[in-house]
Amino acid sequence: MSPFWLSLKLALWTTVLLIPIGLVMGRVLAYGKFKGRVWLEAFVYLPLVLPPTVLGYYLLVVLSPNNKIGKTLATLFDGPLVFSFEALVLASLIVNLPFAVQPSQLAFAAIAQDTREAAWVSGLSSWSTFYRIELPQCWLGVLCAATLTFAHTLGEFGVVLMVGGNIAGETRTLSIAIYDSVQSFNMGSAGAMTLGLLLFSLVALVIVRIAGIQHSRER
Amino acid sequence: MNDKHPSLEVQLNQSEPFRLNVSLQCRGGELLALTGPSGSGKTTVLRAIAGLHRTTEGVVRCNNRYWQNTRDNTFTPPQHRRVGLVFQHYALFPHLNVLNNIMTAMSHISRAQRANKAMQWLQLTNMEGLHQYRPDQLSGGQRQRVALARALAREPDVLLLDEPFSAVDQLTREKLYRELALIRTKLDVPMMLVTHDMREVQQLADSICLIHHGTTLQSGQVNQVVRKPDSPRIARLLGHKNIYTGIYTSSAANGRLSALGTEFDVGHNADLENGPVSVLIEPSAIIMHRTDRPSKGERENPVKTCVSEAIEMGDDLMLKLIIKATGESIAFSISRHVAARNRVSTGNQLGISVLSEGIHLMPADEIRNP
Repeated sequence: MSPFWLSLKLALWTTVLLIPIGLVMGRVLAYGKFKGRVWLEAFVYLPLVLPPTVLGYYLLVVLSPNNKIGKTLATLFDGPLVFSFEALVLASLIVNLPFAVQPSQLAFAAIAQDTREAAWVSGLSSWSTFYRIELPQCWLGVLCAATLTFAHTLGEFGVVLMVGGNIAGETRTLSIAIYDSVQSFNMGSAGAMTLGLLLFSLVALVIVRIAGIQHSRER
Repeated sequence: MNDKHPSLEVQLNQSEPFRLNVSLQCRGGELLALTGPSGSGKTTVLRAIAGLHRTTEGVVRCNNRYWQNTRDNTFTPPQHRRVGLVFQHYALFPHLNVLNNIMTAMSHISRAQRANKAMQWLQLTNMEGLHQYRPDQLSGGQRQRVALARALAREPDVLLLDEPFSAVDQLTREKLYRELALIRTKLDVPMMLVTHDMREVQQLADSICLIHHGTTLQSGQVNQVVRKPDSPRIARLLGHKNIYTGIYTSSAANGRLSALGTEFDVGHNADLENGPVSVLIEPSAIIMHRTDRPSKGERENPVKTCVSEAIEMGDDLMLKLIIKATGESIAFSISRHVAARNRVSTGNQLGISVLSEGIHLMPADEIRNP
């Protein structure tokens, strides 16, 4: 599989798996009042400040077949996870957690508390309140989370290299391919791929911005 | 309304996060105004009745069903209480149109009936024809009507109104008062209105419960509480201005009050002992003496004053007079044309009479700690 399609596949899997997780965690962080909330928030946002190599190192240690977790995962996935596409997905899920959680958290927090209470008083259960009142009001946050996660996964380099290595067709993503091309002085190929990534990221952000403007006009 | 047993009984106690010690009752068809200064706990009481706030101790009983009883740990969640709550800022669902906002509160009836029934509620609140609009396309008054229609659509056992008129202009407010007064004639559930507007209380409510720092100070029929507050502190909270101290002396049949530098005949008051008392004078019991000829009733409790302030407020002139004998001030208003005819202006001498029936005596003001 070419680096482009591999990156696309990775970004798609990461987005699909991470959006529901981001939605749940965003809601928990927006409304939850429990002990350890600050710690949970810190862990979720840790990838924003942690060097990708540090995260990659810990993932390598955890996924290594030399320890219990690694062994269990190797049994589950029919082989060691390190340097595989599955490892890339797992790493991407962790690295992109803040990008999926924060827009959702902000969107949930922006819903007026009395609107949720009005739903309860009107007889809606917590679940009905979630999908009939909250979700329709925070779709922009979800769209924003999906776009950011997708775009960020396409460009992820450090953790992907640490956990997946550079195996052609298996773990060589677009950003690693760019790095490879530069290393081998193939500047033309590197330039084309870089431009592609740049344009894609720019378009993604413009889409999010337009959706935001449209949403505020509708309100 | 005919049921003599209260339909709603509330007794709430808590010490954290703020003190609450409130007790009230409201019968079916009765409109109870919950009033008091900002931060006194009025909205918390409403939230506790709706099940949105849980006090550490207390009972909320509606039509003999316990919604909350901390003695046996009963707590019915808001979804199962059948409460109609109009929020202060309406809390309409912004992504739904008017019709769907109302239908959301109708899960107790079959889906097929909801749209028709919702239209009936819209008709009752004068909102027909606007059912496709979204909340952001409506004016403040229209949003308020939708919020009321949604609360009524729940077919509630209790209707709660949390300062529903605070966010609309005066003209709309007057219109909404009239509409609410009409709608309430068709309802036989207990209704509670949170407000700190005493005019609103007097226009709309049957009874009043005054709360201060989370504690019920006085409750009863509106006229009774407003005209006969239990203490000068309550009188001040109700917005009365003419509060004084005096000395009360009673004989077997009569009672005399020495205040404002004069002696008043106030009748016998069995609740008071001889000695210092607090005095409330209703503005409506103050008669201005005409300057051109003697006025009716001017011999009753005459007081000499000097006009210190005369402020035009619409058709009225708000007067602040200084009582010559004591230097205390007394406030009331007269029509502007009466003021003009009697040449009332700042600095002029003015004679007034205080009618005995407008003098209310209370126990002496509590001594304030420095």
